[in-house]
Amino acid sequence: MRVQNSLLCRFFSIVLVSQFHLVSTIQADENIGLEIAKTMKSRESGFDNYKAEMKMVLVDSGGKETVRLLRVKTREKLGDGNQSIAVFDKPADLKGTAFLSYTHINKDDDQWLYLPALKRVKRIAVRNKTSPFMGSEFSYEDLASTEVKKYTYQYVGEDNINDQPSFVIERFPNDPYSGYSKHKVWVEKERYIPLKIEYFDLKNNLRKTLLNTHYKLHLDRFWRAHEMHMQNHISKKSSVLHWNQFKFRQPMSEVDFDPKRLKRIR
Amino acid sequence: MTRKGNKYLIMIVTFIVTLTAVKAGMTAELRGTVTTEYRNFIQPPAEEKQGSEFLSLSIEPEFYQSWGDNNQSLTVSPFYRWDAQDNQRTHGDIRELFWLYLSGNYEIVVGISTVFWGVTESQHLVDIINQTDFLENIDGEDKFGQAIISTTMHMDYGSIELYALPFFRERSFPGIIGRLRSIPRVDTNTSAQYESKDKEQHIDWALRWSTNLDVFDIGISYFKGTNREPLLTPLLKADGELVLIPYYALIQQTGLELQSVIGAWLWKLEMIYRDSRSDTYTALTGGFEFTYTGALNSSVDVGLVAEYLYDDRGDKALTPFEDDVMLGIRLSPNDTQNTQFLLAIIKNRDAKGHMSRLEASRRVFDSFTLSIEAGIFVNFKQTDPMYSFRNDDFLQIDMAYHY
Repeated sequence: MRVQNSLLCRFFSIVLVSQFHLVSTIQADENIGLEIAKTMKSRESGFDNYKAEMKMVLVDSGGKETVRLLRVKTREKLGDGNQSIAVFDKPADLKGTAFLSYTHINKDDDQWLYLPALKRVKRIAVRNKTSPFMGSEFSYEDLASTEVKKYTYQYVGEDNINDQPSFVIERFPNDPYSGYSKHKVWVEKERYIPLKIEYFDLKNNLRKTLLNTHYKLHLDRFWRAHEMHMQNHISKKSSVLHWNQFKFRQPMSEVDFDPKRLKRIR
Repeated sequence: MTRKGNKYLIMIVTFIVTLTAVKAGMTAELRGTVTTEYRNFIQPPAEEKQGSEFLSLSIEPEFYQSWGDNNQSLTVSPFYRWDAQDNQRTHGDIRELFWLYLSGNYEIVVGISTVFWGVTESQHLVDIINQTDFLENIDGEDKFGQAIISTTMHMDYGSIELYALPFFRERSFPGIIGRLRSIPRVDTNTSAQYESKDKEQHIDWALRWSTNLDVFDIGISYFKGTNREPLLTPLLKADGELVLIPYYALIQQTGLELQSVIGAWLWKLEMIYRDSRSDTYTALTGGFEFTYTGALNSSVDVGLVAEYLYDDRGDKALTPFEDDVMLGIRLSPNDTQNTQFLLAIIKNRDAKGHMSRLEASRRVFDSFTLSIEAGIFVNFKQTDPMYSFRNDDFLQIDMAYHY
């Protein structure tokens, strides 16, 4: 009885110790993941605003290409997510259509669409995070600004992407309306930039892979991927974003991102 | 100027603007649409003279030029439609021709322009700046250009818009052979009647305050001037034909727009209080739009729209919507061709009459869109304004080229 007791004690203490060990490593991994995400965000922040041209090439499963042209303006909002306007130049039937979005950290994003044929600014009810943007493989969620507080994190380890040493972290969306269970992100160690992101659907199957390439340095501080290649593993379709004509710290003010000004956008 | 003179003038302006813009294309922006339209009315017409098949072509270029750090710009957008069958529907308009000055928090517009106010889908009660072009479509979405001098100020507590609106535009109505018209027809060749002795020269005024407060969008507007919606009074012409003549009263209208976004729900309300010498009434449209994304594990968005339309004049209302419900479903597969479907039905709550509408569109060959529209009018009572459309079920096919 006594022996048994002590054995039980030993057994429990081992279990407890190992459990404690497990908890502490998970917590440590969470903290490392979070720290990497915070560093990424702080390296990316402070650009104030930029405008750029975006060419979106949609490739269907048979290799047929369709081109979209957009002009994008983004503005940092202190203490909140970015504000962004996209104006469509192509396809021709959407020419002049403008899409305004406010990314928020703690609540649903705000979105508006300006329809030039009706001269009407329409508010969009945002549970459309999972919908494809302009028929592409990028969803609205994929294009929104990355905010640290929107996810919880897990540090996975280290890996090399094209000979570039990277941290690998997983981030889990807090938003119950997200279309993903997690993102697996390869973060290049020197510059803290995402080279690759794998998107896992709610059943935890790999759905899409994003490769960010052609990184260029702006204002001696900000690295921006000039090509973003999204492959959908289910539909076999892909979309490539080509960014051009990045111009940072332009004369832009709050009123330029006011939904009531949207109809004046060109 | 005569109506015919007007037509030619607009045709010439359209042509010149298109040519100049193409030539100046290096520095200025040009975009626009050329559309061929085919309309077929399935049943024999209610009136013998009305036609059954209509083929038409419309053009609407838009030329834009900005200067001075993009603070100032000129927008010119003429419109013209040729209808092979209905001479009355062959018509043109200057949809826009205005100078815009943008500076920090304020805007000035001088010229001809189009302004939209409102949030609901089934009808636009608050929207009053522009006259509706009913020759284009009965959905009320097409507007005539309105002469405007306006200023907008964007401030912390919202935006304030002030408008002076000279040169009133009369509403357009289909001619003898046209369908989707009242019976008897509205005669626009006989001069319209006005309450104001200044007639179409009466200067109208409008004011609007609007703001976005967190999840709420609020707009309050006031309009004083010539009603865009005429009263139609019967007249027996010398040749014995009974026609309707438009009478434009002076009104004051106070409007409220309210919209709230809560998750996938958009709640909407539009309300007007309109006061004139002959009547005073309140009307409202209210409802919601709910969007369900990724239906059945696909990338299809399903939108459900429900609105209630009310007018406190009841059966005496000039509009067909005094106690009606609109239900609609919108499908967007989010495909590369931007395919869209919309099916909507409007029904009076205590009468059998109802109207259904189907719209579908899809992009083809990069720069074209193909649209199909159908309308069905069922069981309207003789006292309902929609009774005139009882034989006007139609199918319309549009092929538009965009540049």
